[in-house]
Parts: sequence; structure tokens; C-alpha cells
Amino acid sequence: MSDLVKVTIDGITVEVENGTTILNAARQIGGDIVPPAMCYYSKLKGSGGKCRTCIVKVSKGSEKDPRPMPKLVASCRTTVMDGMEVLNITSPEVLEARAGVVEILLINHPLDCPVCDQAGECDLQNLGYEHGLQKTRYEFERRTFDRIDIGDKIQLHMNRCILCYRCVFTADQITNKRVHGILNRGDHSEISTYIQTAVDNDFSGNVIDVCPVGALTDKTFRFKNRVWFTKPVDAHRNCSHENCKGEVTLWYKGDDVLRVTARKDQFGEVEDFICNECRFDKKKTSDWTLEHPTHISETSVIASNHYETFKPLPVIKENLALQEANQRELEKTFKI
Amino acid sequence: MESLSNKKKVLVSKPLNLAERMYLPAIASGMATTIGHFFKKPATIKYPEQVREFSINWRGMHSLKRDEQGRERCTACGLCALSCPAEAITMIAAERKNEEKHLYREEKYASVYEINMLRCIFCGLCEEACPKEAIYLDGPIVPADYLRKDFIYGKDKLVEAPLEK
Repeated sequence: MSDLVKVTIDGITVEVENGTTILNAARQIGGDIVPPAMCYYSKLKGSGGKCRTCIVKVSKGSEKDPRPMPKLVASCRTTVMDGMEVLNITSPEVLEARAGVVEILLINHPLDCPVCDQAGECDLQNLGYEHGLQKTRYEFERRTFDRIDIGDKIQLHMNRCILCYRCVFTADQITNKRVHGILNRGDHSEISTYIQTAVDNDFSGNVIDVCPVGALTDKTFRFKNRVWFTKPVDAHRNCSHENCKGEVTLWYKGDDVLRVTARKDQFGEVEDFICNECRFDKKKTSDWTLEHPTHISETSVIASNHYETFKPLPVIKENLALQEANQRELEKTFKI
Repeated sequence: MESLSNKKKVLVSKPLNLAERMYLPAIASGMATTIGHFFKKPATIKYPEQVREFSINWRGMHSLKRDEQGRERCTACGLCALSCPAEAITMIAAERKNEEKHLYREEKYASVYEINMLRCIFCGLCEEACPKEAIYLDGPIVPADYLRKDFIYGKDKLVEAPLEK
């Protein structure tokens, strides 16, 4: 048996390596047929299988055993078989089930998008917009928690958490010391640091980027501005940390860098994890070498007023005498 | 050639008759119309002392609303500024402190909220975009002023008066 297997997703056939998951096979095709994923993260080993938003219908198991799979399967956890046929957006059953999953994810999620800093780049917001109902059918009190500070730079809003475990896997893999995990079980589960100790790992800031919702947010960016008013620019610097490439996205408002994040690919996953020094401490243009404006998908709200022609910031020296003279002239017009 | 539309009128100039040549009857009837208007109700009003009633879909000056407990509704989400086609709205958000819970409804509020009334086109998109029912264009006509800077309305002019206790 060869290493390559053929799989057909929504009528598009692709040859992938044996052992690939359906989700990754769909990502190789790209486009609309890629199932959304809230918990699966290709950079984090062991992630996936928790949120069930990536469910698909397998209408033909394989060439040898053409029976369909009895239930919808999580595509991030199911590996492809030769001759497998998968239905994603062409199956009404999948779309209906996904709408149900979104509704369940939103049961305890507060609808505080106007307050949340993640709004505009939130996976759950996009998912709800595409698949969700216009209103909630849930009539009971949502579970509430107090905000927790994880260190002085990261804030945890447990209310918004959908328990995707991505941050836990990040803590396990990227950082070399486990500092936070999930306490309790089932409906009572909550992300927590043990005795709320400060996370002092150099890469702990990456939990902000992997969080699909606004549960883990950057405290230095808290309420500074809305994501869609800031202008993302790719930049790099020579980071002294051995594991950090120093390739980031700077989010500008005017001349100020409000926020530094890792670069994200088309599936919303970071390309390289960045260290906390790059993320939290280097917020001046002079710290970075600017490359070009980040490509933003047209469907994103961040794309409004975002131009991808590169206009680096002016390097003209400030002329204080001229500014003063201009100010004087302006005041004259105020007096009339 | 014959006209296609058949709208053409041929002018005939007839000589004036005696009454028309005297002009006086025409002057009298003209004066009657003029003097008749002295005794009619005027069509205009004395704005700004008198104000006409606005229609129900009138869009005038913005006001930032308070909720039933007198707290400001606006949470500085920025959707009004995003939807504004004239880019007239700017704001700066701030975090509510514990002792300010009676002032602001949400944990985030607009510490600065400015609308440039010279830019505003009163389209009402901000009102439509607002998820918190915080902004309405239910005010009167924006008054005239002399200086451009005075048309930038801050929270002092926009926020509704606090509730009477």
C-alpha cells in the first residue's frame, strides 16, 4: 500500500499522506470546504476533539469498506482512508449539527462582544455569524467567574472560555513548566493557575494568541482600542531569545504600536510562537524592522480602511519652530 | 413638416381691447391679491423662538442615552465609528472602576466621545449600529456657531442629563 491515499471532500479529490486527518486534507484543498475548528491547533500536539465544530459526514468509509460511518465524525481526529468520501458544506445534516454545536458553545458564553477585546478577530464570533441562530434559546443564568490575572500581562475571563484546552496544550508544549490547567469537571470546568501564581515563562504570552475567544487577553492592550481601528503591519527584530524568531505583527493606531502578536496564517493559527519580550516590552517602532502591511482577508472587519500598499511612517525630523508658527496661525483663526 | 409630438402651439398676437389698454382693472386685481395676504396667517415661523414639531423619523443632534438607573449605556465598542460613512465619531475607552458602578452600565465606557457635527451627515447609521441602544439622533437641529472647533461635540453636550432623584 502506497503512502498516498485518495480522499474526496465535497466532490474535490485530493491525494494526501496516509495518516492525515480529514481536517488537514481539507486544509490542503483550501477554500470554503475547510471545516471550522475551535479547539484543534496544528501546532499543538494532542489538541482537537473537544469542540465538535469540525464535524463532517463520511458517506463512504473507504474503497475496501464502502459503508458510510454511522455518525458524524470530528474531522480533526479522524484519519483518512483510501477512497474515503466526505461531505462537509454539501451536507445539510452537517450544517444543522454544526449550528447546534455553535448554540451549545454559546450557552455559557456571555454576549459582551462590545466590551471584549477579541471582537473582530474572534473565531467564535465568526462561527456564530456563519452558523448560529440570531438569538439564544437559553433561559437560565450563565455561569460567571471573577476575572483572574495570570501574571501582570495576561488576563483570564473565565466567563468567555469555551474549554478548548488550547492554552493548556500551549503551556504543556511551548513552555517547559506546567503552570496552569483545568480544574473541576464537566460544566464546572475552569481554566486556572494553581494558586494563581504568576506565569514567569518566557513564552507564556502565546496563550493569548491561541485562545479562539476573548478568554485570555493581553492586559497591556485592554480597552486600548478596537481591533478593527488598528492597522496590522508585519515586522521583525533580532530577538536574543534562542527559540524566538522575532517575526511578529504590530498593530498600529496612528504612530503608536498598541499591541504585538504573532503572525497568523489563513486558518488563524500562529506561524511561530513569540517570546514575551517581543510581545509585551517592544512597543516602539524603533525596536522593529517593518516589512509590509499584514494581509487581511476581505471578509474580516479589520479589512475596513486597511490598505496593503506599504506606507512606512514618516522619518522627517519634527520642526518645533514650524509647529509653533502653525499653532499661532491657527489660534488667530479661532479669534476671528 | 408636420410636428411629431403635436405639442407645438402657434402664437397669435391679438390687439388689446379697451379694458386691457386702460391697465387699471389689472392693477386693482393685483392689489386685491396682495392686500388679501395681509389678513392671512403667515407661512413662516420665528425660528429659533418658535420651533416646528419634528416628524417622527427626524434625525437631528445625537444624544447618548442613560439606562433606567441613570447609568451611561455607551460601552465604547466603536461600532458607531466603524459604521459612520463620514468618520465623524471618535472615542477613547476606559475601564470602569469599582466605585463608578452607578455611573456606567458596562465594565468599559467611553471616557471621551466626540462627534464632529461638521462632518456628520445625519444618516443615522450610528444609531442602527449601536448594540447597546446608547445613541439616538433624537435631538433638535444642531445650532450654528462661529468656530470650527465648537462643532466638535464632546460628552458634555451629547450625554443626556442625569435622572432626577
